[in-house]
Amino acid sequence: MRKAKALLFEMGRPGRQGYSLPSNDVPEKSLEELLPKKMLRQEPLELPELSEVEVIRHYTELSTRNFGVDTGFYPLGSCTMKYNPKVNEDVAALPGFALMHPCQPEETVQGALELYYNMEQHLKELTGMDRFTMQPSAGAHGELTGLMVIQAYHRNRGDHDRNKVLIPVTAHGTNPATVTMAGYEVIQIPADERGNVDLEALKEVVDETTSALMLTNPSTLGLFEEEIVEMAKVVHDAGALLYYDGANLNAIMGYARPGDMGFDVVHLNIHKTLSTPHGGGGPGSGPVGVKERLIPYLPVPLVDKKEDRFYFDYDLPDSIGKVQSFYGNFGVVVKAYNYVCMMGGAGLKQVSTDAVLNSNYLASLLQKTYFIPYDRIRKHEFVVSAKPEKKKGAGAGDIAKALLDRGFHPPTVYFPLIVDEALMTEPNDTESKETLDDYARAMEEIARDIEEDAEKVAAGPYHTVVGRLDEVRAARSPVLRWQKE
Amino acid sequence: MGGNHYLPLTDEDRREMLKVIGVDSIDDLFSDIPAEVRLKRDLDLPPAMSELEAVKHLNSLAAKNKHLNSCTSFMGAGVYDHFIPSVIKHITGRSEFYTSYTPYQPEISQGILQAIFEYQTMICQLTGMDVANASMYDGGTAVAEGAVMGCGATRRSKALVSKSVSPFYRAVLKNYFNSRGLELEEIPIKEGFTDFSKLEEMIDDQVASVILQQPNFFGLVEDLDGVADLVHNHKAALVMSVDPLSLPVLKAPADYGADIVVGEGQALGVPPSFGGPLLGIMAARSKFVRQLPGRIAGETVDSEGNRGFVLTLQTREQHIRREKASSNICSNEALVALAAAVYMASMGPQGMREVAEQCAQKAAYAFEKITALDGFEAAFKGHNFKEFAVKVPGKPEDLNQKLLQKDILGGVDIAPFYPELEQTMLFAVTEKRTREEIDTLVRELEGWK
Repeated sequence: MRKAKALLFEMGRPGRQGYSLPSNDVPEKSLEELLPKKMLRQEPLELPELSEVEVIRHYTELSTRNFGVDTGFYPLGSCTMKYNPKVNEDVAALPGFALMHPCQPEETVQGALELYYNMEQHLKELTGMDRFTMQPSAGAHGELTGLMVIQAYHRNRGDHDRNKVLIPVTAHGTNPATVTMAGYEVIQIPADERGNVDLEALKEVVDETTSALMLTNPSTLGLFEEEIVEMAKVVHDAGALLYYDGANLNAIMGYARPGDMGFDVVHLNIHKTLSTPHGGGGPGSGPVGVKERLIPYLPVPLVDKKEDRFYFDYDLPDSIGKVQSFYGNFGVVVKAYNYVCMMGGAGLKQVSTDAVLNSNYLASLLQKTYFIPYDRIRKHEFVVSAKPEKKKGAGAGDIAKALLDRGFHPPTVYFPLIVDEALMTEPNDTESKETLDDYARAMEEIARDIEEDAEKVAAGPYHTVVGRLDEVRAARSPVLRWQKE
Repeated sequence: MGGNHYLPLTDEDRREMLKVIGVDSIDDLFSDIPAEVRLKRDLDLPPAMSELEAVKHLNSLAAKNKHLNSCTSFMGAGVYDHFIPSVIKHITGRSEFYTSYTPYQPEISQGILQAIFEYQTMICQLTGMDVANASMYDGGTAVAEGAVMGCGATRRSKALVSKSVSPFYRAVLKNYFNSRGLELEEIPIKEGFTDFSKLEEMIDDQVASVILQQPNFFGLVEDLDGVADLVHNHKAALVMSVDPLSLPVLKAPADYGADIVVGEGQALGVPPSFGGPLLGIMAARSKFVRQLPGRIAGETVDSEGNRGFVLTLQTREQHIRREKASSNICSNEALVALAAAVYMASMGPQGMREVAEQCAQKAAYAFEKITALDGFEAAFKGHNFKEFAVKVPGKPEDLNQKLLQKDILGGVDIAPFYPELEQTMLFAVTEKRTREEIDTLVRELEGWK
């Protein structure tokens, strides 16, 4: 039975209470004694008044209306929705990590600095870069940090005319948005017929106004850029730098490293590759690694070690400054560090092996029913085009809704943009063969349903707590908060 | 070995799957990586640990840190030791929430979408603003994006920021502006407060955003009456950074005439975590809604007319608008926003007010006691909320060392950020501090140097 869930604001009673506080034990003064009246709140605060049980039941019911990796298969392309090991949550919640104040004296945070230091060494080895900052709070934040570093590098060399950043057509939306935020102009590079960046087109546009090329490798098509070596040369010969978007690193750990491919700057999405949860949208963490010549521009502070003592190094005169108030999403890095400790080098390579194996296997199964452009070996993801199904009356978005009814989270839909009716599918390393088989069967069923009654498929989903939601209405007449009637 | 139990494929599975794919070996799956960039050795990482070994290792690292349970903390400067109700971790620990992605598929994400919608509403109730987004990374990035947003809305490229705004936030702001080629000037301070006569001189019709903080970095409540008029007369936007936990008692930013409200939401039931993850608050008047960065949850109906929620106004966002987006933000701090929502729902108006009042009273008590000590004096004259700056008779570093021996985390030394304010410390006193703890601090300070 479908039913809307009451809002917090439609529950509770005036005077009901969901908290307990110790009583004030210092001499009481009225607020008016402490602060001038004109600085005090004018209207009493309006918030719901609920008992603890009501709060718990409310959010528990909401949680049952939500789908996570722990609920089921989540092949959301380029998001690497792998299992989030439970023990990671436990260690990050240790008071010795979770309850540290960022301004504590250095000698009281030695364990945290050691963790950051160790993690940096691990990330350097994993990527082939020379130094890392953990400060960026998410992937897109890492992109911005990376471009800031690149910008500082050019500016410091007196190279002020580099105002363009090149981006392949398959890039995540964050890439062009980041370019704008860093004050650059976006130049888009097309893909060739194999799905690679069109090398000839790249050669044509790269010049002395190019600051950098931002690249995701493997790309969002799940394809490794086969001409990466030549691309790096073309970019570097023009005096520009090469930026690696690490969203898809889960495909190549232990097989290849961006640092060895010629990348100058790398960001990682440790909430993708290194197993930390996405939290319904965040927090993530987007460490940025650079090659030697870019180290001077990294955000301050870096973490260093002198004899047995770890310390924050603020002595970077050419640093871009700061991108987050403190040292990044430490609590997220703790989880990823625990994961790296438990996987080890061979384990991480096995992660990429299984991610790529699962992807190619599932693509092979789906290829029997669906059109998958760019027929070559894939990395961790692949893109189905539901163009033929769309012609029959149900496209990528409708297939996604039909998957909801079968207990699966759908792939990323309508992206990348160069594939019509795209379903970007990433079955990662933590999924079993049975799960992939079940998913393939569900996709075959959906294809059959479209043959039989596309209209019915296009009207789904049927078994979710709410029916298909009217997104157009939400955008046309926005209701962005609850209001008292 | 180590975490191999996270990988369900067996060797037999792998063989069967290779057969289906039609290749002979795993190596064939990586044949598209050019030989010259292939890693021809094993990754040189420490040997994999079992779960037990990893937990031991992480425990040993955590044991080297002091923390707010092992010490009595008077540290603030944007991150505070407030009481965190137990319910929060039980809700954020529900894995349907924490293992989900951004709710792109609303029909199976009603839980987080409704929670965000409710969070947005409560942020609006606190600040008096019309709309709020689903979160930014932290206070610093929220300030920076708020200032950039003002530029977008006014089509101007200059901002004025008070030097009484947190130096941590200003560092981020400066960087964002520098990179984007926007101009930033600092409004001087006078005895701890924004010098509004200077603002009057500096503001002109080129200014997009004026950024102020309430209470300011020194814990002082600024007199902001009339500032909005000055800002609006020049058609600029007033961006206010606030401590949400001050708002149950302090005048709402909307009542000062703020256009964009930002801030650090850590005080709302979020552990400090060494400075991250934190919670960036972002709210605004409705006329700025199209310039808001990040996710926004909105109400709609389903195919049967039931109320439901979706991510909306997505044409502002990077995945739709690409280089024309209002921001590049994609991942945010949704789970932290959920924690803040559970906090506000649990505390309610009464509990939040009680917390804010206790902060103000305990801070006032500590302030009175400390400034009565020989050699300690108030750095500024004014009204404080839960934090205050004190001139101390010696090096703050040495004082904090002494306090640390008694397991007290003392004040934050502010000279690194304000070289003109030597030997000045910022003490924060929250509702968690008892009279006894404050008295102990005072005793330790007494007679020092």
